[in-house]
This record gives sequence, structure tokens and C-alpha cells, in this order.
Amino acid sequence: MAKIKPRVKVPRSAAAGEVITIKTLISHPMESGQRKDKKTGELIPRRIINHFTAKFNGEVVFDATIEPAVSTNPYFAFDMIVPEAGTLTFEWVDDDGSVYTTEKKIAIG
Amino acid sequence: MDVTRRTFGRLTAGAAAAALVPALPAFAGADPVQEAIMAFTGGATPAEGGIDLTTPEIAENGNTVPIEVSAAGASAILLLAAGNPNPGVATFTFGKLAPNRAASTRIRLAETQEVIAVAKLEDGEFVMVKNTVKVTIGGCGG
Repeated sequence: MAKIKPRVKVPRSAAAGEVITIKTLISHPMESGQRKDKKTGELIPRRIINHFTAKFNGEVVFDATIEPAVSTNPYFAFDMIVPEAGTLTFEWVDDDGSVYTTEKKIAIG
Repeated sequence: MDVTRRTFGRLTAGAAAAALVPALPAFAGADPVQEAIMAFTGGATPAEGGIDLTTPEIAENGNTVPIEVSAAGASAILLLAAGNPNPGVATFTFGKLAPNRAASTRIRLAETQEVIAVAKLEDGEFVMVKNTVKVTIGGCGG
């Protein structure tokens, strides 16, 4: 199993009130539960990221409930207004109960 | 006009065909998709327009089809792929700090099909849009 690694692209600084684009990606197989093991013919059990949340200083900016139809290495891009300096926290929830998180700080100026 | 036996046959055949044509797409619209939309809207029928869905016309690889959806004033957007084994794709919710209520992602499509986006607007209205994507190599399964 490949290592699960979140990657996020956020500008380090922005002007107050500026709109920034946030790009997120996490390496994850997103096993849909529909595929069969070619050798045994058995279904490979479903294992996906089922939820993604991005928060800025604790306030939700973008939240996604995810079904198996989202591709391997789920990618999300969205915009945000930067009201003040602060921290963006990103959280991915795996079917197996694991939670992967990462943080990015945004400075004003 | 006199209705003879011959013209009667023609008239009824035409009427039957006319009755069948609109009934067919509604039937082929498949229940799970309709159900998912109804569950999202709480039974309201979404209006057309007011939402943009950007999809490729032809997707060579159904495993990663880039899509982009935006709807001004939307608080949540539901994405569906009508031809997948499970129509659900994702539900996006936006906070106050999201200025344009737009997001892009990459999805799997099993075959050539319609991708549907339904947005819940902040005033409680629902809008939807449908795009057809031609898929050369399907995603899912294998």
C-alpha cells in the first residue's frame, strides 16, 4: 500500500480580502469496492476517503462528502477570501477510520 | 373527415407513438438518480439554469475526468453520474469564506453518460444542470 500523503497548495501570503485558490490532493487508492481481484475473482473491499473538510481559523470554507466515483488521489480545488492572517486546516477521513490532516499558514501582506 | 377502418388504424398508431415518446426518457431517467436528487432537494423539483458545470466533451480515460462546477449563491452542490453503478459522486458544502461557490475535482465515469449537478441556493431554491460526457475507456470495475 502506497503511503498516504496529503499535498496542499496555498499562497504563503495574501492581501486582506483577496481571493485565493486552494488546491488539495491526497495520494489514496480510492478502492471503489466494484473492482475484482484478477487472480482470485473476489471483490476488493471498498476503501475510500469519504469526507474532506477545509477550515480557516476553525470556520468551514469547503466541505465534501465523497462517494467511490471520485478518482484515485482525490483532488479538490476551490477559492477562498482571506479575511485576516490565520491557519488553514485540512482533514481527510478514510473508510478505515484514519484521519489525515495538514495545516497551512497564511500571512497578510 | 370520415373515420374509415384504414384511417382509424393510422390515427391510433400515431397517437400511441406520440404517447410513448415522452414516456420513454422519463422511464429511462432511472430511479436512483431521481431519488438522489429528491433526497437532496427534499422533494422539490430543481429549476434549470443558474449553475455552471464544466466537463470535457470527450473523456479518453473514464478513471479521471476533470470537472468543475459553480453556482452563485449556492450553499451546497450535489454531483451525480447517471450511468455509474452508484450515481452519487460527491456533495460539496461551502462556508462564508468561499466567494464564488465553485470547486473542481476529478471523477470516475463508467461509460458515456450524463453528469448532473444540483445546487441548493441560500434562498432555499434548487437549480440543476446536465452535461453529457463521452467516455472512451470506462472507469470503475475492471
